Amino acid sequence: MSILHWVVLSPFLYTLLIPIAYKLMKKVHTGWFVLPLPILLFIYFCSNIGATSNLQAKTESIAWIPSLGIDFSVKLDGLGMLFSLLISGIGALVILYSIYYLDKNKEKINQFYVYLLLFMGAMLGVVLSDNLIALYMFWEITSISSFLLIGFWNNRSNSRYGAIKSMAITVFGGLSLLAGIILLYIMTGSFTISEIITIVQQESIISHPLFILAMICILLGAFTKSAQFPFHIWLPDAMEAPTPVSSYLHSATMVKAGIYLVARLSPVFAVSGYWIWIVSLVGIITLLYGSFFAVKQVDLKGLLAYSTISQLGMIMSLLGIGAAGAHYNNDSVYYVATAAAVFHLVNHATFKGSLFMMVGIVDHETGTRDIRRLGGLMKIMPITFAIALIGSLSMAGIPPFNGFLSKEMFFASMLNIREFNMFQLDTWGVLLPIIAWIGSIFTFVYSMILVFKTFTGRYQPEKLSTKPHEAPMGMLISPIVLVSLVLVFGLFPGLLANTILSPAITSIYGGGVYDLHIYHWHGFEPELFMTIGVIVFGTILYLTVRKWAVIYQSIPVIWNSIYDKLFGETENLFSRMTNRYMTGSLRTYLFYIFTFFILILSYTLFAKDGFTIDTLRLAPIGGYEVVLSLVLVVSAISILFSKSRLTSIILLGAVGYTVSLFYVVFRAPDLALTQLVIETVSVALFLLCFYHLPRNARKKESIPFKLSNAVISVLVGLVIMLIAIASYSTKLFDSISQYYVENTYLKAAGENMVNVILVDFRGFDTLFEIAVLSIAAIGIYSMITLRMGGKKNENK
Amino acid sequence: MKINNLVLQTITKVIVFLILLYSVDLFFAGHYTPGGGFIGGLMASGAIVLLLITYDIKFVKKIFPINFIYVTAIGLLISTLTGMIAVLFNKPFLTHFFNKHAHLPLLGETSLHTAALFDLGVFLVVVGVTMTIIQTIGEDD
Repeated sequence: MSILHWVVLSPFLYTLLIPIAYKLMKKVHTGWFVLPLPILLFIYFCSNIGATSNLQAKTESIAWIPSLGIDFSVKLDGLGMLFSLLISGIGALVILYSIYYLDKNKEKINQFYVYLLLFMGAMLGVVLSDNLIALYMFWEITSISSFLLIGFWNNRSNSRYGAIKSMAITVFGGLSLLAGIILLYIMTGSFTISEIITIVQQESIISHPLFILAMICILLGAFTKSAQFPFHIWLPDAMEAPTPVSSYLHSATMVKAGIYLVARLSPVFAVSGYWIWIVSLVGIITLLYGSFFAVKQVDLKGLLAYSTISQLGMIMSLLGIGAAGAHYNNDSVYYVATAAAVFHLVNHATFKGSLFMMVGIVDHETGTRDIRRLGGLMKIMPITFAIALIGSLSMAGIPPFNGFLSKEMFFASMLNIREFNMFQLDTWGVLLPIIAWIGSIFTFVYSMILVFKTFTGRYQPEKLSTKPHEAPMGMLISPIVLVSLVLVFGLFPGLLANTILSPAITSIYGGGVYDLHIYHWHGFEPELFMTIGVIVFGTILYLTVRKWAVIYQSIPVIWNSIYDKLFGETENLFSRMTNRYMTGSLRTYLFYIFTFFILILSYTLFAKDGFTIDTLRLAPIGGYEVVLSLVLVVSAISILFSKSRLTSIILLGAVGYTVSLFYVVFRAPDLALTQLVIETVSVALFLLCFYHLPRNARKKESIPFKLSNAVISVLVGLVIMLIAIASYSTKLFDSISQYYVENTYLKAAGENMVNVILVDFRGFDTLFEIAVLSIAAIGIYSMITLRMGGKKNENK
Repeated sequence: MKINNLVLQTITKVIVFLILLYSVDLFFAGHYTPGGGFIGGLMASGAIVLLLITYDIKFVKKIFPINFIYVTAIGLLISTLTGMIAVLFNKPFLTHFFNKHAHLPLLGETSLHTAALFDLGVFLVVVGVTMTIIQTIGEDD
C-alpha cells in the first residue's frame, strides 16, 4: 500500500468517521469536519505537479486477484493529475458551499456527506486506476453515489424519478463498458491500461473481429456517463439533486468520466476511422442539441443542465478531432484539438461550477429557479450578479475570460480538419465546423438568457415567496474563488499551459515534452471572424428570442417518452411474468426447482457421456453398513405413511442421525459432529415452524398430484444416485487430498485438516458461506417482521 | 399448552452450561482435533434451543438480552477484518499468521493463530443466524 493507494481510499475510510462526528458534535455542521480531507488531497496533488509536468508518472501497484490479472494499480500522470486536481479542488469548494446551503437541523447531512465522500473516492479511483477492472469498479460506485445524491430528497417523486433514470442509463452504460473491457482483454490479454497501449502499439488489433464490438461497448459506457446524445436525458432530471451536487457531480467531475475514458483509450482505438467519426459526430450533435434546447428552458438549473450537455459534447468532439490528428500523424492538429479539450475541461469546471453555485444562491434566496418569475435582481444581489456575469460571459466565449481562449482553440481545431482526406468537402465532414459554429451561437444566446433574464428587467416581488437579499458571505466564497479562476486563467493561461495542460496531453499518447502556448490574439484568422459572428448573430437571436422561440413547439422531443415507454413496458412485462410463476405456494416452487434440477443434471450427465460404473475399487460391506442402511430406508419410507406432523419430523430426524452414524463408521468425526448438531437444531426449527401451521392433519390430495410428486421424487433420487456412482467411478484428475495432507501442518500450522481447509486453504468459501447465511437470516427476519407489519396495517 | 416439566427443566439448568462449555472447547480445539467455529457455533445455538424448548422465548430473551442480528453482523465483520490484516502487510487477502510457540502470561506456552479470530467470526455468525431465525419465527404469533 503506497501513499497513492491511501489517497484513493482515504475518502472511503473517512466516511466511517462521519456518523461519529455527526453524533458527537451536534452543534457543528458536519461539513466543517469533512472539509479538511479534500483540501489535504488537493495539497498532496499540487505537491506532485512538478513530477507530472516532467512527465514522470507515479505508478504503484498491489496485487488484488493476481491469477486473473486484476491488480489495484494506480498511476498518477498528467491526465490523472488534471482530473485529481479538479476532483479535490472543486470538491473542497463544493463542501464549503454546502455547509451554508444545507441546514444542519433540517437535512440529513450525515448521509449527504457520506454519499459525497463515497463519490469523491470513487471518482479519484476512476481517474487514477491503471487497471480496467479497478476502474470499472470505481466507475459503478460513482453511478451509485450519484443515484443516492440525486435521490437525496427522497420524499419528492421527481427526485426518485431522476435518480432511477440516471441509475438505469449509467448502469446500462457501465455494464456495456464491462463487456468492452472483457473484449479488450480477450484481444490483448491484459487489463492494465498502460500495458494494453504498449501491446497495441506493437501489434495492431484493428483487424481483430471483436475490435468494433469492443469499441462500441466502451463508447456506450463513455457516452451514457457523459450524457451524450441521445443518452443525455438523464442529466436534466438529475437536477433534482441539491445544487452542490449538481455543481460537483453533474457538471465538474462525474459527467467528465466518459471524457476521461475516451481520452485514456484513444491510443487503443484511434487507429480506427470509426472511432474518430463516432466520437466527433456524437460530440458535435450533442453540442448543437444541448445548446439549442438550453435556450428553451425556463428552469435555471435545467438551462445549465442542457448547457453542460452541450459543453460535454464539445469536449467529446475535440477528442475525436484529436484522435484524427493522431491517426494521420499530424501533430499540430492533434495538439491543438487535445489542448482545447483539456483546457476547456478545466474552464468548464470553473465557470459552470460557479454558475451552478450562483443558481443555488438565487434559488436559496428567492425560493424559485423559474426564469419567468425572476428578474431585476441586480441591485438586490450585486455580488451574485457579478459572479453570474463573469461565468456567463466566459461560457459564451467572450474575451478576456478563459472560455474565450478554449472556444477559439475549438474553432481552430474544427477548421483544421480540412487537412484530412476523410473530412474533405465531398464527405459530410465539412458540416462539422458549421455545426460547431451554430452550436456556439446558441451557447451565446442561453448564456445571455441566464444572466440577463435573472438579474435585469422588471423586478417581480409579487411572484416570489420570500423577500430576496444577498447571500451570506460563506455561501459566496466558493463561487467567488471559481470566478476569480475564470479571470486568472483567462488573463494568464500560461499558468496552466505547461504545468497541467501539456502533461495531460502528452500523457494520453506519450511522446516528449510539448511546449504549449495559448494566445489571446491570433491575428485576423478565420476563428476570430467566427467568434465575431457568434457575438453578432447571438445578440440578434437573443433580442428576438420571443419571436422565434415558437419553433420549439413544432419540434417533437421524443427521447424522454422513449425512455418512459421502454422503462414502463419492461416493468409491466416482468411483473406480469413474475406474477405468473410466483404463486406463493411452496409446493409449486419445489416443483420448479426439482424439475429443473432433474432435467439439467440428467441431460448433462448423459449428453457429456459422464456416466460410468467402476466396480474395481469398492470397499467390502460390513455389518454396520447393512444395519444403518436398513434403518435409513425404513425411516425414510415410514415418513410417507406417517399420519401426524410430529411423527414426520421425528422420522426425518432419525434419517439425519443415521447419516451422521455413517460418517462415524467412515471415520469422519468433523462431519459426524456437524451433522448431529445440524440435525438437532433443524428438528427444533421444524417444530417451531409447524407450531404455526394449521392444526389439521394431512389433507387428502388428488391422485394425479400425488403421482406427479412421486415421479419427481423418485427421479431426483435416481439422478443423485447416478451422479454419486459416476463421480466415484470417474477419476479424471489426481486427488488434491495429498496436498492437504502434506501442507496442513507445514503451511497452516494446524493438525485438523478439515478445519484448516475451512478457515485457511479455502477461507474464501467460508467467508462467502457465512455471508450467505447472514443474508438468509436477514431475509427471514425482514420477511416475517414485514408481514407482521402488514397485518397490523390491515387490522387498522 | 404449557406443561410443567420438572425433570426436563432441572436437567436443562445444569446441562446448558455443559453444552456451552463444550461448544467453547470445540471452538478452540478446532485447529488440532475435530471441532471449529461452525460446529462450536451450532453447539452453542443447540444449547439455547434446548432452553427455548424447556422454557419459552421470553425466558430466553431475559437470559440473552441481545439482538442476534447484531451478533451476526459483528461475526461477519470480525471475519472480514481478519482477512484485511494480511492486506495491511502486503499479503493477499485472508493470509493467516501464526506463532506455534507463543508465551502468554498465565496460560504458558500456547500457539496463536489468526485463523482462530476468523473462526470466532464464523462462530458468532452461526449463533447469530440460527438464533435470529428461531427467534423471529418463535415470536411471530
